[in-house]
Amino acid sequence: MSTVERQSWDVVVVGAGGAGLRAAIEARERGLRTAVVCKSLFGKAHTVMAEGGIAAAMGNVNAGDGWQVHFRDTLRGGKFLNHPRMAELHAREAPDRVWELETWGALFDRTKDGRISQRNFGGHEYPRLAHVGDRTGLELIRTLQQRVVALQQEDFKESGDHEARLKVFQECTVTRVLKEDAADQGSRVAGVFCYERESGRFFAIDAPSVVLATGGIGKSFKVTSNSWEYTGDGHALALLAGAPLVNMEFVQFHPTGMVWPPSVKGILVTESVRGDGGVLRNSEGRRFMFDYIPEVFREQYAKDEAEADRWYTDPDNNRRPPELLPRDEVARAINAEVKAGRGSPHGGVFLDVSTRLPAAEIERRLPSMHHQFKQLADVDITKEPMEVGPTCHYVMGGVDVDPDTAAATGVPGLFAAGEVAGGMHGSNRLGGNSLSDLLVFGRRAGLHAAELAAALTAGERPQADEAQLAAAEAEAVRPFAPPVDEGADAAPENPYAIHQELQQAMNDLVGIIRRESEMTEALTRLAALRRRAERAAVEGHRQYNPGWHLALDLRNMLLVSECVARAARERTESRGGHTRDDHPGMDRAWRRVNLLCRLDDSQGADGGAVRLERRDLPAIRPDLLDLFDDDELAKYLTEEEVKDR
Amino acid sequence: MTDTSTSYDAHLRVWRGDAGSGGLEDFTVQVNEGEVILDVIHRLQATEAPDLAVRWNCKAGKCGSCGAEIDGRPRLMCMTRMSLFAQDATITITPLRTFPVVRDLVTDVGFNYTKAREIPAFVPPEGVAPGEYRMRQEDVERSQEFRKCIECFLCQDVCHVVRDHEENKQAFAGPRFLMRMAELDMHPLDDAEAQGLDRRRAVTEDHGLGYCNITKCCTEVCPESIKITDNALIPMKERAADRSYDPLVWLGNKIRRRRE
Repeated sequence: MSTVERQSWDVVVVGAGGAGLRAAIEARERGLRTAVVCKSLFGKAHTVMAEGGIAAAMGNVNAGDGWQVHFRDTLRGGKFLNHPRMAELHAREAPDRVWELETWGALFDRTKDGRISQRNFGGHEYPRLAHVGDRTGLELIRTLQQRVVALQQEDFKESGDHEARLKVFQECTVTRVLKEDAADQGSRVAGVFCYERESGRFFAIDAPSVVLATGGIGKSFKVTSNSWEYTGDGHALALLAGAPLVNMEFVQFHPTGMVWPPSVKGILVTESVRGDGGVLRNSEGRRFMFDYIPEVFREQYAKDEAEADRWYTDPDNNRRPPELLPRDEVARAINAEVKAGRGSPHGGVFLDVSTRLPAAEIERRLPSMHHQFKQLADVDITKEPMEVGPTCHYVMGGVDVDPDTAAATGVPGLFAAGEVAGGMHGSNRLGGNSLSDLLVFGRRAGLHAAELAAALTAGERPQADEAQLAAAEAEAVRPFAPPVDEGADAAPENPYAIHQELQQAMNDLVGIIRRESEMTEALTRLAALRRRAERAAVEGHRQYNPGWHLALDLRNMLLVSECVARAARERTESRGGHTRDDHPGMDRAWRRVNLLCRLDDSQGADGGAVRLERRDLPAIRPDLLDLFDDDELAKYLTEEEVKDR
Repeated sequence: MTDTSTSYDAHLRVWRGDAGSGGLEDFTVQVNEGEVILDVIHRLQATEAPDLAVRWNCKAGKCGSCGAEIDGRPRLMCMTRMSLFAQDATITITPLRTFPVVRDLVTDVGFNYTKAREIPAFVPPEGVAPGEYRMRQEDVERSQEFRKCIECFLCQDVCHVVRDHEENKQAFAGPRFLMRMAELDMHPLDDAEAQGLDRRRAVTEDHGLGYCNITKCCTEVCPESIKITDNALIPMKERAADRSYDPLVWLGNKIRRRRE
């Protein structure tokens, strides 16, 4: 009999970033008792690091914008692998989600006529990103946090208890999604199993709806812009609960991360630097992006520097500079320049805004970047160029969901929104489309999670048995007394060492440019690391013990890393955030193919835990196809698809 | 990748313990070029002290999680370069003193979340639909400065009103939340007054603005360089004073309240 404390809520949201908080607000506004469980302190989620803005076709700066244009840009950015319904809902609903933030107190930068200002960004045809300087993510998270507090104040007035209907369990980690029947992958969700960092205490929350909003997986890579929380928890929890992941081969390397000094390598340099006029140069001083405009984008980008420079003041009669190509294109170009020996002293390229804008303007528009470079690298970006290079930034892949309800495939009661969900961004996400994704699908997940919970009477609610709680508890305490085996490779393992080896393996073997042999090698190494991680041992006790937390996170990082490597090896083409040295071209036959990852305990030849399935991507509706020229469609769609049109 | 020619061994004294007891422990740790305090703490965790408790998230100065006192001064560990200190110096790292210790460098910052709940939320203007908000850039800039706050709570930690006066915590919101009051009061569209909510009265009566005697310690430690005292607290004191001493305002309020 487990002694774990249990409490009952209607909806549990795992994660308190943009998607999680928006989901929680929605569920609570629908009257459901909602619990938010988050690894960090309330208000510290990774969303605070988002800089550039929220993409929403409000048309405040250029009235030509509209949801159809946004939809079209999103599909182009994702190389037509996006789930078309998700991209449509996203483009349609993003403006409402931004305006709603204003009613909760958000203060965006303004246009001259007092509306929300919008800035240019890679892959977006018009100025589209609502922003606050270069700290938009902070504004988003603070606004949602303050909205949560406002709802708690309402509840306090009514009941005398701030947490009567909306409670944040901060610095708590979910290690398992509980099921009605643990042995049945398709059985209903029954709640979550958690530990509290501060005390190490275990507790379970019984709830018929669980929304995963845990963000990404970047901490499996050595050079990343992601915070420590990004250990793929929600991805792994979904897999373990029986839900498949989709598009895991697509990992976005943001083209501009800091490269020096070593300790800050990977920290993000916002795309706004380029949106506001910054240019990329190699060691020879050449604006090399003009050499890297791919065929599919040639119509939409400037042919030379003169045209590109005119575009900032006259966008209607000139085409955009190639520095504003989608992120995958820019990252590959930088990678190629460095490889060709034309890199900067510390292995990046130069990003220069100092010769493009007056110093005061740079400080006004890019205050965080100015501060970050001055403080961490002794570089004054108003006077000299930055050195930048690609950094692991975002995973397009995630839990396979129903576009309208955000319900996970095959597991009733499980929902996913934000970075942890897959499909929306196809093979590559446009900058600015993440914050809008969080809001649009966070709200939808909260809404449908609430409806599912509300439709059940108390007697109809699924309940996890005590054995599941006991098993989850045993799994969580194992690092304090890892199993001792006979044999040479039975020594206890240092979780920090395993983590470093994992990051190195993913960086070297499943990074920005991939090859079959290397990914096979990665799968072998991952299987070995997983066996070692089972023997990860920690010192001390359960109270705020980071070694223990890491030992538990390793399970998740290793699982999602295997998904990335396995799906990437399978997809024999290059598209968006998946570049194959041995298959450099985009293959139209692969466009309709989604790769799904499922947990598989049978352990294949390479000792893996994941198997792949293929599934067709739904067709794009005719009225949405009509937004594109035939010539453009012919570059992406198979002859059969074009013919059917 | 790391250039070892510029590496050296640093001497650290780190406070370790919990709510019951604790003390400073000495460590010698390798430091590489460009590193910050948090890098060195992480190296300690990966080598000598795997269970050393420290709170951190972004390691980029954006989330405000990793506050600690370094040689007695509240700082973010991720933004404090090791090059700030002499190579032969002993650097002392202790938890934020104003908040109860949980373990090692981690403190219970719950005080701040309690105070956040006591600040009445933004009141949207009635009859203005979403999408119809119109504000001038000059008018939003004042509040935008305060919304740069990353809630690292270094200002709350350093403020002498509560730093050594536990008894003041009840009545005093601290610089971060007094600034939040100023932010809302200066928000061009906050409609608090229409709801009978007088932020200028509340800031003194409910949140203890009067305790602040503008020593500017909060401004000095702010990692976002927000001019908390000059731009938020002093103007708020002036606004609150106008409210208290202006007989017309006083009369107006009386009449409005009676009507309700």
